[in-house]
Amino acid sequence: MILLSISLWFILEKAILIACIIGLSFFIAMYTTYAERKVAGWLQDRHGPNRAGPFGILQPLADGGKLFFKEEIIPLASNKVLFLLGPGLAMITSLVTSTVIPWGAPIVTDKGSIPLQVADVDMGILIVFSVVSVGVYGIMIGGWASNNKFSLIAAIRGASQMVSYELPMGLALIAVLFMTGSLKMSVIVDNQIHGGWGGFLSWHVWSQPLGFIIFFVCALAECNRTPFDLPEAENELNFGYHQEYSSMKLGFYLFAEYINMFVSSAVIATLFLGGYDIPFVNEASWKLEPWLMSLISFSMLMAKISFLLFVFIWIRWTIPRFRYDQLMNLGWKKLIPLALLNMIITAAVMLWLKK
Amino acid sequence: MLTQRAKQVDRKPMTFLESIYLWNIVKGMGITISHLFKKKATIQYPEQKRTFSKVFRGLHVLNRDAEGRENCTACGLCAVACPAEAITMEAAERLPGEEHLYREEKYAVKYEINMLRCIFCGLCEEACPKDAIYLSQTFAPANYGRKGFIYKKEELLIPHPLKDKEAYEKALGNKAVKN
Ligand code: SF4
Ligand code: SF4
Repeated sequence: MILLSISLWFILEKAILIACIIGLSFFIAMYTTYAERKVAGWLQDRHGPNRAGPFGILQPLADGGKLFFKEEIIPLASNKVLFLLGPGLAMITSLVTSTVIPWGAPIVTDKGSIPLQVADVDMGILIVFSVVSVGVYGIMIGGWASNNKFSLIAAIRGASQMVSYELPMGLALIAVLFMTGSLKMSVIVDNQIHGGWGGFLSWHVWSQPLGFIIFFVCALAECNRTPFDLPEAENELNFGYHQEYSSMKLGFYLFAEYINMFVSSAVIATLFLGGYDIPFVNEASWKLEPWLMSLISFSMLMAKISFLLFVFIWIRWTIPRFRYDQLMNLGWKKLIPLALLNMIITAAVMLWLKK
Repeated sequence: MLTQRAKQVDRKPMTFLESIYLWNIVKGMGITISHLFKKKATIQYPEQKRTFSKVFRGLHVLNRDAEGRENCTACGLCAVACPAEAITMEAAERLPGEEHLYREEKYAVKYEINMLRCIFCGLCEEACPKDAIYLSQTFAPANYGRKGFIYKKEELLIPHPLKDKEAYEKALGNKAVKN
């Protein structure tokens, strides 16, 4: 039986990979909070945090430590089980999405190749989508279980926003899938590696510029980032769905948000920016050690992700929040028609090229 | 119409391109990114300090003369002048043998300024006929309780000019010795 031929090595390999990815996600999320505050400072002619450690690099630890030692408050009128489930769910879903992302070129040895990907399933990108749509339950459950009007409004906002922006996101994705012909993440990346200028010209961002923009905007909305941070709108909803949360449960929500950002940057980089492809060079001709090759390609992906994270932050400190009707109008009346148009044009061009 | 900069509000409905906000957002991002390279306005406080003007009015100092005798003669003019009624004092007569401590025959045994009441207007400094009180460049008093903000004579008196010259000059700041 094929199913039973899973070896111990395989399990060990995956376990190590999972541990690394989770550790990485936490580390990146921590330092995204730091980058967020630093960039915010710079964009506003300030310095940002610079007291904890040199250049303030210990700031995330200080923040985390503070959250740990805060008093844990569970409102009496809340639904205890759901109240605890909310932040956990938010955290789990944001971590699970990272399983299908190829983090670097596979390490090819004579015994076989080790992919730097936890699961290279056939419907990779669909897994991301399905898990992200479960992610909205983190907000909904948390908001509802808090038994607070503001939290409830935030939960409803969050749910409707996520549902509305998943549609154009999916439509923009379909156009990409037309071009790759596969849902497998590794195939999508492979498709972008071979092309002019060391793969640079075959990045989907050039063939799908509109799709890229739509996808990016929707990713902002899915991560509840400004200008779409209506579920947590500080000045109207008092922090929205995590208003009643304190201590590390609040920390989980905030952390999950940054991990979401990290993972969606990774997804965008994989779908549109060539994943771990190194532009302008034909890396296959270098004949480097396989582990070194993987390391370089992994750093390349990280560079792309960092750039996207910077753009996320940059946008946040540039524009104010949308009004709710603007948000809905933009989603349903602008992005969905544009995404449909993009899809139809792509389909037509693909058919025309095939003939 | 003072500045001639009034602008008619444009109420045309947005075009499709405007209504997806993209171009305007990109413009805005251009503005913010240009700030990344600008000089920071921050003064890193405990290490760097803003330079004060010559007439800055900080915490009070009770002055001594060149021989280290207290100038104050407890005339109470400062307390009368004070609009915030922050100054309290008790007078006493100088005894023989105390000439090296107090310059005048009458001196203040108790002299207190409530820094929470004080508005740092400097009227006490102007009222004083003996050059005994002035407002220094020190500021930002901090304390754990309200009581600590009532500054006693010991806290107000300037260090002795002969016994502790350095501290005296530091407390004097950039105020010229007036006596
Ligand atoms: S500075 Fe003004 S308010 Fe303060 S003690 Fe002197 S006179 Fe009173
Ligand atoms: S400080 Fe000056 S005005 Fe006030 S009591 Fe002393 S001598 Fe008089």
